[in-house]
Amino acid sequence: MTKLLDAPERPARTGGRGGPDNPAARQGVVRSIRNLLTSPKYGPVTVTAVLFVAIFIIGGVRYRGFLSGQVFLNLFVDNAYLIVLAVGMTFVILTGGIDLSVGAVVALSGMIAASLLQTGWSPAAVIPLILVLTSVLGLLVGLMIHIFKVQPFIATLAAMFLARGLCYVISQSSISITDATFVQLAVARIPLGGNMSITPSVIIAVLAVAIAVWVLHATRFGRTVYAIGGSEQSGLLMGLPVARTKVLVYVISGFCSGLAGVLFTFYTLSGYPLTAIGTELDAIAAVVIGGTLLTGGYGFVLGSVLGVLVLGVIQTIITFEGTLSSWWTKIFIGALLLVFIILQKVLTARRR
Amino acid sequence: MSALLARLIANRLFWPIVMLLVLFTINLIAFPGFFTVTLRDGHLFGSLVDILRNGAPTLIIAVGMTLVIATRGIDLSVGAVAAISGAVACSIMLGSPEPGNPATVAVAITVALLISLVLGAWNGFLVAVLGIQPIIATLILMTAGRGMAMLITEGQILTVNSPPFKALGSGFWFGVPIAVIIAAVVFAAAALITRRTALGMFIESVGINPEASRQAGVRARGLLFVVYTFSAFCAAIAGLILTANTAAADANNTGLFIELDAILAVVIGGTSLAGGRYTLAGTLVGALVIQTLVTTVYTVGIPPIATMVFKAAVVTVVCLLQSPTTAEALTGFRRRLSIRAGKGVAAS
Repeated sequence: MTKLLDAPERPARTGGRGGPDNPAARQGVVRSIRNLLTSPKYGPVTVTAVLFVAIFIIGGVRYRGFLSGQVFLNLFVDNAYLIVLAVGMTFVILTGGIDLSVGAVVALSGMIAASLLQTGWSPAAVIPLILVLTSVLGLLVGLMIHIFKVQPFIATLAAMFLARGLCYVISQSSISITDATFVQLAVARIPLGGNMSITPSVIIAVLAVAIAVWVLHATRFGRTVYAIGGSEQSGLLMGLPVARTKVLVYVISGFCSGLAGVLFTFYTLSGYPLTAIGTELDAIAAVVIGGTLLTGGYGFVLGSVLGVLVLGVIQTIITFEGTLSSWWTKIFIGALLLVFIILQKVLTARRR
Repeated sequence: MSALLARLIANRLFWPIVMLLVLFTINLIAFPGFFTVTLRDGHLFGSLVDILRNGAPTLIIAVGMTLVIATRGIDLSVGAVAAISGAVACSIMLGSPEPGNPATVAVAITVALLISLVLGAWNGFLVAVLGIQPIIATLILMTAGRGMAMLITEGQILTVNSPPFKALGSGFWFGVPIAVIIAAVVFAAAALITRRTALGMFIESVGINPEASRQAGVRARGLLFVVYTFSAFCAAIAGLILTANTAAADANNTGLFIELDAILAVVIGGTSLAGGRYTLAGTLVGALVIQTLVTTVYTVGIPPIATMVFKAAVVTVVCLLQSPTTAEALTGFRRRLSIRAGKGVAAS
């Protein structure tokens, strides 16, 4: 609101540099762009979108064969599981919480899938079982955070220990998956015409995103998630179901981690206890780069998807470059995370 | 007598020590020679010595972590800093003509420790100057730090053959493992500097109420810098010990999950994650509990890989015990008990 109030001063300052044909209109555009960039709600996500396009174009200029539809689609194919993880993480971070257990839960889902399929279970039973188990784990974490007032990061840390430990209990070595349905899903390509194709995992990930967008923007639950992130106290005073919602976001995150674990096994066709170490950081980085405020309240699921795409395109550039080692990815992600956190800091400070 | 018992239970070190004693008892039952410490070739040997030696890196990191947590912060980057310091030291020793020369080792260790000071100051800058939440600020170095360590080792495991360096991890001095001596020095230095001066009180005041302590004239910014730098310094020492133990710098696995162990040690020791009052003695007990837990898992014959499940159980139980909800429930329970006993509420 303050922006609107002090708006009349602005033309006086920038008036001299206005365009000759229609200065007022141009100033209007400049002002709305400035407002867009400095808004904590839209600013970071706009920067991310511009960044993504810029990196993609730079890649296209530097490398032959980069600027193709398939390279773009491969971002989704390679990161389908990360998109689903980021969706769950968005819910948690929107309420001002954090979930450090997602990477371990991905590994656990893979281990459960691989070991049960090995003993002859049907995939139709294994997949729902995984989703139920990981949701229950999320429920326990949520209850621990809400009822016992344990800090989200320490409660999810305990869940992370538990999930990793259970992975080792199931098996210490890699278990490969030979189940026909899983192999089918892993190799299946859905042609989109023009030599382009995607995997079934991409469709599942896109569905998850669509449902999450609908839940966050069109349901009461979604509004409550934003409200808790804005101010939990106000939410309580307004009579919103704060308790239920706070627990539910961890259930959603658990469910998404389970689903991401299943997608990850489609991708790797094996279960390995040390897999997906550090994935929680990728998911958090994607959400933050995608413009969700770490203190909660602002952010979009589609922004998080954009965040995953930025991480993916950096990875792709490093692959195309060939001479850069893969560990540069970690350094780039760290640097990018830093830039976006500082951006958030600056934007929220300006608005206050 | 009961008053003495009540005071004992009220002591913050009571439950951690009970936990440690329970673990010791389990070990003693499973392995009667548990407490035996023998002198062989002038070195001390025994399960207790092993616990102390293997627990030294965790304890060193946990000491730094205690001070960070007391300021209401957290340092997730310690594992990455440990990996970086190991990688730096090993690459310097490998780059020199004679890695076994004590002077080379001294240079390698000094450079590694100096770099850790820079990394710690970086964390301090993010938290104190830019005002970023500590979890996230240190998350950046946690992610990027392993990448840097990989860059230093060029993606390989650097194996170094240097007896003086190896002694850091597996050597003995007057019969005591050198790693234990280093841990004792770090612990004593931290305890003396923070408890014999006003520093510890300032740290606690920043943790309890940053705004009030600023108005009271405590320079929180400088304090946070010092605390995060000290934490990284501790992490680097631990990283050097870990690297010396295996005589190899592994950028991916040195200090992996050690931040969790250190946080766990602090929490078990009774320092609240919400900041404020801290206890270094508690952290010492906490680190011993964790290491004894690992040893117990071995001696009792549970597959060692299940250790993480036990750690998860311990962290959950401790958090639930520390929770205000539990405290309220317990108070309510006690009150009802005393009413039933006819003493009334006032007695409690």
